[in-house]
Amino acid sequence: MSYSTSLYLTGPEIALSLSGLVLLLVTAWTGEKAARAITIAAVAALFGALFFNVSLFDQGAAGIAFGGLFLADGFAVFAKSLVYIATIACLIVAPRYFDARGQYRGEYPVLMLFNAVGMGMMVSATDLMTLYIGLEMSSLSSYVLASFARTNEKSSEAGLKYFVLGGLASGIILYGVSLVYGFSGTTNYEGIRAAFALDFSTGAMFGVVFVLAGLAFKIAAVPFHMWTPDVYEGAPTPVTAFFASAPKVAAVAMLVRMATGPFGGQIEAWQQIVIFAALASIVVGALGAIGQSNLKRLLAYSSINNVGFTLIGLAAATPEGMSGVLVYLSIYVFMTIGSFTALLMLRDKDGNALTSFDDISGLSTTSPALAWCLLSLMFSLAGIPPLFGFWGKFVVFQAAVQADMIALAAIGIAASVIGAFYYIKFVKVMFFDDPKGSGPAAAPISHWIVLGVSVLIISPLGYLLTPWLGDVADMAARALFIAV
Amino acid sequence: MEFPILSIMLAVPLVAAIACLFLNASAARIVALVATLVDLALGILLWLNYDIGGAQWQFTERAGLFAGFQYALGIDGIALMLIMLSVFLMPICILASWTSITKRVGEYMAAFLLMEMLMIGVFAAQDIFLFYIFFEAGLIPMYLIIGVWGGDNRIYASYKFFLYTLLGSVLMLIAMLWMVNDAGTTEIPALMQYDFPADAQFWLWLAFFASFAVKMPMWPVHTWLPDAHVQAPTAGSVILAGVLLKLGGYGFIRFSLPMFPDASADLAWLVFALSMVAVVYTSLVALVQSDMKKLIAYSSVAHMAIVTVGLFAFNVQGLEGAMMVMLGHGLVSGALFLCVGVIYDRLHTREIARYGGLSINMPKYALFFLLFTMASVGLPGTSNFVGEFLALAGIYEVSTFVTLVCTTGIILGAAYMLYLYRRVAFGEQKNADAAAMTDLNAREWAMLAPIAAAVLWMGIYPESFLAPMRQDIAALETRLAGVAPRYDSPLNQGTPREHAANYVAPIHAEEGHEGEGAH
Repeated sequence: MSYSTSLYLTGPEIALSLSGLVLLLVTAWTGEKAARAITIAAVAALFGALFFNVSLFDQGAAGIAFGGLFLADGFAVFAKSLVYIATIACLIVAPRYFDARGQYRGEYPVLMLFNAVGMGMMVSATDLMTLYIGLEMSSLSSYVLASFARTNEKSSEAGLKYFVLGGLASGIILYGVSLVYGFSGTTNYEGIRAAFALDFSTGAMFGVVFVLAGLAFKIAAVPFHMWTPDVYEGAPTPVTAFFASAPKVAAVAMLVRMATGPFGGQIEAWQQIVIFAALASIVVGALGAIGQSNLKRLLAYSSINNVGFTLIGLAAATPEGMSGVLVYLSIYVFMTIGSFTALLMLRDKDGNALTSFDDISGLSTTSPALAWCLLSLMFSLAGIPPLFGFWGKFVVFQAAVQADMIALAAIGIAASVIGAFYYIKFVKVMFFDDPKGSGPAAAPISHWIVLGVSVLIISPLGYLLTPWLGDVADMAARALFIAV
Repeated sequence: MEFPILSIMLAVPLVAAIACLFLNASAARIVALVATLVDLALGILLWLNYDIGGAQWQFTERAGLFAGFQYALGIDGIALMLIMLSVFLMPICILASWTSITKRVGEYMAAFLLMEMLMIGVFAAQDIFLFYIFFEAGLIPMYLIIGVWGGDNRIYASYKFFLYTLLGSVLMLIAMLWMVNDAGTTEIPALMQYDFPADAQFWLWLAFFASFAVKMPMWPVHTWLPDAHVQAPTAGSVILAGVLLKLGGYGFIRFSLPMFPDASADLAWLVFALSMVAVVYTSLVALVQSDMKKLIAYSSVAHMAIVTVGLFAFNVQGLEGAMMVMLGHGLVSGALFLCVGVIYDRLHTREIARYGGLSINMPKYALFFLLFTMASVGLPGTSNFVGEFLALAGIYEVSTFVTLVCTTGIILGAAYMLYLYRRVAFGEQKNADAAAMTDLNAREWAMLAPIAAAVLWMGIYPESFLAPMRQDIAALETRLAGVAPRYDSPLNQGTPREHAANYVAPIHAEEGHEGEGAH
């Protein structure tokens, strides 16, 4: 394997790392003045990485780079594209939010870039070492981002909590990794698979469970979800939007790759764990949200709930299931970005964020366009057709039914009705209740653009994308099964 | 079929709905009325061009726009009749909301137009997932209609409506996924001919039953209906009773019966038992209501129970009767809600006790109300008589006991409806404000007169409505023939007498004949 091929395949990561480093230097010398320009440059770098990445997919290249440490296949390209898109959206909405509080700094886009590099490595990793480096790179920048509003106590608290618990999860993963390495004698995915095919001892089983538990923490699946509501609530809203979208996509994709790759021969070993985590996430995510009055906390539970649905696709352990996971994630990213952007736009005339149900009551009369957008997003999250969120649930449940897991599908979908309760509560508050305040102030155009694009995609028009999305996701999922 | 009439019927209300969102109140009203009238005209065109006795599925359209399912439309006679019911009631609903809705008129009209589009879509969908999307999407506009423009307790009612019906239908989705996986097609006509394994049918049937029983609604999952009806604005109640409740019956006739015939036969006892309870219980509940809308809502549950027993009689009379009850009930209960709406608009109360003696100051209103009361009771000459008679005749062949219990419902129905009418229209005028109410205006005439005409038409010449459905119901009966239950009162057809019973044989017949000719 020549270095040129390896460098070519890791092009997006290299480009993003270099631009991150350069922009960091620029920030260091120019200070806060250039923050906005740096953001634009970072968005441009991400767009560049996105296009390069997509061109890799068009070439159908499934190339191994650096002697089996890194794999750029259809699956990685798909997941990375989603990650980049989500990161771009979160970068676009950030400056105006922080500007209003006088907190914006050039480090923000730089950290986002490094985060994107880490996430890219997570989904492309075919070696436990690469995986861990990618994971930590993404996590460390996330900890800083969570406490980016340094003067805000809640934000600092969120950062600290995330750091402590995230560190614990990393430790659990490392422990699992060391067990897996100990019992298989290699850190390479293919090697692990081959070793486990020969002998899968109880100790190796422990390793698998520890790795999965650590990853469950990263994707906020029950029972490792406790940090989510606090961190999501405390972190600045653009950061929360980011946490709920890009790192989640990357972590789920990494989990999918691990489950089908190194642990692909031991499906029965992890399938039960995934089934439990899926159902528990759906139920806890739905029940936990009912009592919440803070909108960000509520969306945090909603993201736990959504992770449960993606795990149903993984539990099916078939190419259709993995394709369903990807389709679900794609739709989920737009729903999440859309809803958090709408939350960002909910600020009163004095610039205070409207954060509770009381604050948005009667929104349909004070700000109809925003209310209708939120209405579509909420019905979409609840999975009510004809909105596009339904399609995500449809594909994962179809995969579960095709894999003959009827009980899982039936319980999962019945539990989704509990979740519908709080989504329609949003609609109730906005549309049925009388307005209490003067309503939100006018939002910047950049926010409207991000919200508008998200709503357009989750609207019924999104169904026109299904043939294309289905094909691409199928191709990506097939790559996953060819690779092993 | 070159002219995509069904797609246009879907597109017209959709476009109008989007337009209404951006229009002011008076413009939105006019746009909505025009759009619904255009759809009615298209519906009439559809009926006129429907080839009775022709292909089973007509006006079919196919477009592979989506992955996993198709945009496939087409109708048979059953769907045609239900589409006609929807497009007929819609302009009337818009008229009923003309003055009573004053806030957020554009959004209101948009919700109704969306509702119309989705209803037509449900009946016209030929792809099982397309059906599900239309079926489920109806929750959104209805939730908004009840919640935004409903009565005092609207929030509770809207939640209950939404969650009840959602829980009912999600299990159906899993069943549909299994069916499509097993049969390898999403086409409803193909699935109707597909024989699912008998043991799977049991579970599939139950999953569909969970959905349709809630929509229907059947006892004991009917409790969302009185709340939703009472809290919804008048036109919302009309749509709920007139069209949405028919989705359950349509589901049974389109999915449960032809797709799972074995399970339908095995579980018919369950349907019978629930329906018998519903007929007697809800009729008794209706008898003691003091709220007019609630009374009519409970009567709907009782009437729908007649539909379910008719459907599960597995014979032509029962099926045709069930369809006729659905159509008749759609018109009559819709009209009754409009009658309530007319006096509610004047006095703003639904308390029966606040009215009385309305036939003195509102004679024209009292006449219409009487007609619809009688139709609801099932008086011969009105639409409901035809349906109820046929349905009960059908079920009589299967079980005399079930017929006995269900017929009690007719008597109880007469009791609560006549009691209602006596308290509202007859007697002395106790309340001065009720006595001062004015009679029907031109708009209200335009709402009630067409329904009255349709009710009488359906009662006097039901053939117009039965003819398009006949072939489809016969096909369904053939499909069910293998599993039809053993009758306890089978039709015992002897050889007919040569002459009528009162025929007196002439002694000199031939002579008389000649004599007549000689004159």
